[in-house]
This record gives sequence, C-alpha cells and structure tokens, in this order.
Amino acid sequence: MRLLIIGNGITGVTAALTVRRLRPEAQITLVSEESEHHYSRTALMYVYMGHMRYQNIKPYEDWFWRENRLTLVHATATHLDAARQHVTLHDGQQLGYDKLLLATGSVSRAADWPGQHLRGVQGLYGLPDLARMEQSTRGIEHGVVVGGGLIGVELAEMLHSRGIGATVLVRDAHYWGSVLPPAEARLVDQQFEENHVAVRYQTELAEILGDAAGQVRAVRTTAGDEIACQWVGLATGVTPNLTLANTSAVETDRGILVDELLQTSVPLVYAAGDCAQHRQPAHGEVPIEQLWYTGRMQGETVAHTICGTPTPYRRGVWFNSAKFFNLEYQTYGRVPARPEAGIDTFYWEHASGRQGLRINFRSAPGFAVTGFNALGLRLRQAVCETWITAQTPIQEVMSHLGAANFDPEFYRQHEADMVAQFNRQFPQHATVLRHRKGLFFR
Amino acid sequence: MSFSSAAAPSLALAQPPLADISPAEKATLAAVGLGLLALLVAAFDADAWRARLSLYAALALISGGTLAWSWLKFGRRPAGVQQNNLWWRSSTSRGAVAWVTAVVLTGFYVLLYWYSSPDEQGNFGLLNGLVHALDPFSQALRARPADQWFLYGTFYTLAILLMGGRALWKYRHSRYQLIRTFSVMFFQLGFAFLLPGILQFFQQPEFYFTYFWPLKYDYLLPGTVDYLVQNGQALGVFMVFWGAVMSLLATPVLTYFYGKRWYCSWVCGCGGLAETAGDPYRQLSDKSRAAWRWEVRLIYPILGLIILVTVVMWLNYVLQGAILGSLADGLYRFYGFVIGAVFSGVVGVGFYPLMGSRVWCRFGCPMAAYLGLLQKHFSRFRITTNGGQCISCGNCSNVCEMGIDVKQYAQRGEPIIRASCVGCGLCSTACPRGVLNLENGPREGRYQASSLIHADSLRILS
Repeated sequence: MRLLIIGNGITGVTAALTVRRLRPEAQITLVSEESEHHYSRTALMYVYMGHMRYQNIKPYEDWFWRENRLTLVHATATHLDAARQHVTLHDGQQLGYDKLLLATGSVSRAADWPGQHLRGVQGLYGLPDLARMEQSTRGIEHGVVVGGGLIGVELAEMLHSRGIGATVLVRDAHYWGSVLPPAEARLVDQQFEENHVAVRYQTELAEILGDAAGQVRAVRTTAGDEIACQWVGLATGVTPNLTLANTSAVETDRGILVDELLQTSVPLVYAAGDCAQHRQPAHGEVPIEQLWYTGRMQGETVAHTICGTPTPYRRGVWFNSAKFFNLEYQTYGRVPARPEAGIDTFYWEHASGRQGLRINFRSAPGFAVTGFNALGLRLRQAVCETWITAQTPIQEVMSHLGAANFDPEFYRQHEADMVAQFNRQFPQHATVLRHRKGLFFR
Repeated sequence: MSFSSAAAPSLALAQPPLADISPAEKATLAAVGLGLLALLVAAFDADAWRARLSLYAALALISGGTLAWSWLKFGRRPAGVQQNNLWWRSSTSRGAVAWVTAVVLTGFYVLLYWYSSPDEQGNFGLLNGLVHALDPFSQALRARPADQWFLYGTFYTLAILLMGGRALWKYRHSRYQLIRTFSVMFFQLGFAFLLPGILQFFQQPEFYFTYFWPLKYDYLLPGTVDYLVQNGQALGVFMVFWGAVMSLLATPVLTYFYGKRWYCSWVCGCGGLAETAGDPYRQLSDKSRAAWRWEVRLIYPILGLIILVTVVMWLNYVLQGAILGSLADGLYRFYGFVIGAVFSGVVGVGFYPLMGSRVWCRFGCPMAAYLGLLQKHFSRFRITTNGGQCISCGNCSNVCEMGIDVKQYAQRGEPIIRASCVGCGLCSTACPRGVLNLENGPREGRYQASSLIHADSLRILS
C-alpha cells in the first residue's frame, strides 16, 4: 500500500506511526509545507520564551523517520487529482497514492478588521508565525492580544517573558467565557494580575491603526479607547485549512466533510484532525475538533480504517489541559461554563486562589459524576475517566477523592477540606474521606 | 484570509537581544565579581593577615552577592517555573561565558589534583595562599592546619549552600524540590563537611558517612579497612561495618522502596553539587540516542572495573602479594587517576557549563550504575505518565540532567523506568500539563502503559 499523508502535525504523524505498526510493509510518505520534521505545535511558545530551542520541540530525533521508513517531503502540495490518485507538489512533481490522508490542520482565523493587513499584525499557528513574531516584537514596548482563549493567554505570557507590556482584549465578561465557569476564570484573572498583564473584558477589537509606513501603531476598541501598541496578536481561533481539498472534488463545508470512519466524499481519500468536519458529530460533541489530543486520536483511528479495519471515531470521555502563566488546568468529562438543568456542581477553592476543584454530578438519583475541572491541582486521568464512565455516585467519588490526586509527593493534600466543604454544601450526600492519596488506594 | 504565512525559506530564529539586567541585579553580580577578585588577592598576597582578610571578604561578597542575586532574579517573581531566556543566555547555552566558566573550573581541578600537594615546607603550590588563609578555620573545626582538600571541601560545601539557596527561591512552588534541596544541603554540610572535621578534631579517622563503595571505593578496600580498624578502634570498626552495610544491604533495600533517588538526588555530595551549582546547566545534557549509547558503553564497564579492582586488591591482600604483586597496585592507581580524578573531578564538574551537571553521574559513576541496575530491575519506583495528557512539548526532556528523553515515554503513555533516572523530579515540576509524577508502588504492572493512549511499538533506544 502506498499511503500519502498531507501534513506532518500530530494527526498525520500519529496516523503514519499507527499504519507502520499495523502494516510493516506499507510505503508511507508525509508531505509538509511547514517544516522538514514533525514538531510540537503546542510548544512554540517555549521557543520564543527561550525555555527550549526549535530542535528541543521535535518529538522524535531525525533518524527516527529514516529508520522507520517514513519518507518526508518538505514541499507544498498544490493540487489533488482524486481521479488519477495523485497529488502535485509546488515544483510540479507528482506523488501517486493508493490511499490519501488529508491532515492539513488549520489556519488562523480573522474577522475582517480594518487594518489587519498592517505590519505587526499576526496570528500564531506555525513556525513562520513564530519567526515573524520574533522579528516584529523586537524592542517594542507594548503589544495587544485579541482573544480570550488559550492562544490569547499564551501570547500574553510570551510578550511578558520579554518584558513587553501586554493588553488582552476579551469579548466575554470573563476569561474563556465559552468554556470556563466564572469561578475558574477568576483564578485565571488573578494570574493576569500577578503578571501585570492588563485584560479588558467585554471589549472587542474595532480597528487597527497604522502609521505612514504601514506599521501598526495602535488599536481602537469597541469601547472607543485607543491603545498604543507596536504589535497585535490575533488569537480569535483557527479554521480548517482547505487549500488543497478545494483543488479537488472533495466535499467541504467549514472543514473537510467526513463520516464517522473519517472518510471524505471521495473514495480512498480520508481526512482527520483540525481540518476535518464531522457530518454527524456524536451528541454533545462539536463537528470540528482543534486540539492536540483529538488530532492524535483521529490520526490513530483513521489509520485503522486505512489499514482495512473500518473503525468509527469515538472520542471517549472528554479531556483537555492547559497552563495559564503559573496555573495548571485539567478537565475531564463535561463541565459547561454555565449551570445546566439536572446537573449539580460542587466547587472548592483554596484561600490562596491558586487551587480550585469543580466536580459536576447529576441531580437525579444515581447522582452520577459527570465532570471535573482542576486548577493548580493535578488529577489522575485514569481514575477520573473510570468514575465518569461508570457513572459513579458523587458520594463515592468524594470519599475516594485521594485516589485521583496526581500532585507530586509532599504537596499539601486538600481532600479533607474539600470533603468537609462538600458535606456542608450537600448534607444529603454527606460522606467521609476514606482514601488519601497514594498508589495503594488505586 | 489566512494569517499563517506560507513556508518561509528559512525558519531559523535569530537570537533576540536580552532584556536589560536591573541595576540591583548588576550590583549583586558586581559583588560576586569583587569577591572572586578578592579570592585572587587571598591566593597571592604574601602577607598572611591580608590574605586571610581577603579570603573572608571574598566569601562574604560571594555569599551575599549570590543569595541577593537569587532573590532578585527568582524570589520577586510569582512562584512557578522560571526558565525564561535559558537558551538565549550565553552562560547557560554554551556561549562565551559558559566556555570561560568551564575553563576556570577545569583549571581549578587540575591545580587541585596535580599542582597543590604540599612540599616539605608545607607549601601547597599555586593554592598555597588560599589553603593557609583557611588555617584558623581549620584549626577551629579540625584541630589541625588546612590542606588543599579542606580548601576544596569548604568551597564545595559553600557552592552547595549558596546555589542551594538559589534553587530554593527558584523552585519554591514545589514542595518536593524544596525538601529535596534542603536534604542535599543538610547532608553536604553535616555529613560531608562538619562531621568529618569533628572526627578529626577528636583524633578519629576522617570518615564520610554519606559516601559508599563503589563510589568511595576505598571504603571496602583492604588498605582503608586496615587503617580504620587500627586507628579508630571501636569507632573504626563501626565505620567499616557502616560502609559495608550501606553498600551491600541498605542500598538494595532503600532502592527497592524509593528508587536510586534516595541517594543520587537526596544524599550524595556529587548529586548535591549537580542539583544546586549545576542547576543552571541541567538542560545541556545530551538527549540523543548516540549519547545514550555512550552512557551504557562507559558506565557498566566502569562498574565492572571497580569490582575487578576490589576483588584483585583483596586477593592480593589475602595472598600477601604472592601472585599479583605490583599489578594490583597498578590497577588501583590507574582507576584512581582516570576515573577518580580525571573523570569524576575534572570532567565531572569542570564541564558542567558545556555538557550539563551530571556528566560524571551519567557516564562514569559506578555507584550510579549499581543503583541503576537495582532501580531498573528491583524497585518500586517509576515516573507515572498521566493518561493521554502529554502534548510532546519537550519541557521534561529539556530539564532532565541525566539526558533521558522523557517525552518519548510520556507521549506514548508509558511509565518512565530508566536505570539512569536520579529522581530529581524536575520533569514533573516543569511539565505544563501535570503529566508526570514520581511514585513508589507495587511492582506488578510497573511497566504498564496507559490505556488512554496507544503506544506505538517503534523502538526508541536500541
């Protein structure tokens, strides 16, 4: 089998590795216009901040690809001819395939803001963006970040690491309003404050203002304020990269449309990761998933289908993680930003404002646990996942809370305090803490 | 429209200019610099009193400057991972400053090992001024004049205490790091500096209760055993007993329960220096497969060699030199020179700024090899990966002083069980997603990977 993969991000690479395992004889080629080797997109910020160099964020050493017979092509795929089963590269070279995987990822999204073409205005998605940011933030005094999501806080942290002042514009009334409940968002806000990053909530970008040389000099907000700045980071999300798909008959909408086997409308052509849009997402799931984790899972799933074992994509219990300056965040299961009918919520917060834990559970008998948000605490994914899958009653979860503690040794344990507060808030479910942290209690 | 540019011909990120250092930081660094100058004065001033004064002024300036600088740099910022500009700074990224530091450190070790032995007049070569400036302190602690090893011990302990102070500020958000750093400072000051001195004060054999065979190979060799028993009487017998028990019984038992970290990153003086003075250099350890191949090629033969030396020395002792004669002595001297002095001292510490802080521990230390074999095969220790939360960012591998490419395991959901892991815990501290955790647990299923991510079966190390 000749497998051609367009994209060397986590999705394309996971698919390649899985196919190599399942089909040792397959010919596998990965085409990427961005970089010669696979790198961790999520680690770009650490390169800018000087924690690591580019070579440190490559998940595999360079010999790995050759030794595992994975052919890497550093080129732009410009045309897909699905009828003749080949892809044309920018230099005219044609690559034939038996099966094709489109894992082309995303591009930064932008509304049509006036002034967005000025020099010093950019998103952060890939290596070229990072190089551009490196150049255009040099020696500047102030940057404005547009967007109250994960990339927004990353950009603010990056500027902060270079001693550059930052202002973040956030549309919602609190940080990451679509995902975090207000209590958790307040802890994130405290991080912004401690690190002297200004945040303007309920404020959007109205216009980017430039000087005579075409360089950004300020932004005007929807509140009418003008903020002087020499750089603007647009972190308002990403959208599927359809450039190659649109040169063919492959059906697209916002993303490349796929069924649950991650097959596109064209035979032998598959799509997975950021660029794929599920025709029928499972209940409560979004059609386009743009996470490292979902990219990896889709890449693995599609590899099985490509190798002849049709495998529907099942995401399993939701999980995600992030870090906001010094505050770690993990989430398991469903924890909506706003209260939901039929779901009770327990929230504990340490007096320092550096740790918070939310546990959601059903209000109806059974009282099954449905989700966790942890801030400044580490939870054991396997335990949380088991509890959620087994619909474990909240009482049992609370009494065994120590089993989910993944904090390092000698860290203060807060389970006793959490259970005490839980008992006050939900006397009908009152319980005692039976398991403290430790491997013995798993 | 797209805001991602197309493939740029060159993605090389040019080094950015570093932000200005604050005047306060400059002042503290200047104090350290003045302290180093005063050390030179102490070394070469013919007047004994001025030399002593210079030495104590030097130590005060270096100590005060280092601690104040650490607070300014790490203590004032919010507690958390503080790695900004690590790979941009010349001092921590093998730049010019690092090379100068390496040359100075290496030069000091060369002087210490080969050009500071006292002659008949009690002249300690180029280190003479510094050694004698410490005489009053040595008299107070050990009731005897200073020698070059006392000078070395004083500098070594001071380095661990001062840079330990820096580590305490830097890692104050992690209780594991705080307690561990206190531990190495305590064992160095108490057991590797004060106690041996006090033993000498009371006319007892100098003995280090925190160094064991095969790192301190002398402690199980016939010469030292004889010496201790004859010169220390009951205490000497206890010392021999202690050394044997720690090497042969306590080491396997403690390693079974806690992994090799109980020694390497909590007690050992070499580890203590690496974790404190070497902390700015931990990212420089080579993570490549090629480096790992050198590691196994060197460290196990060295363990084999010291076992051979030990066996041969005892045979020679029992047979009273009948068969092996001078061969045993030659082997002993060869090991002492190549491994004991050149590798563990000159290369082990001198090359900190170029090859990272654990060159000796990783490539040379026979104790680490012995502990590593136990850790790999007979221990409850592992670093657990938290399900599928790894994002392959590489922060864990970056901070691993032992050159373990930690992310290779984390991104496959596998626990990290490596002979070389000293359990410093920095991978867990630096992980931005809470993926790694040092744990002691049942040995069943110790190698079990997470079911939340499907490890590919492609081999990384072979």
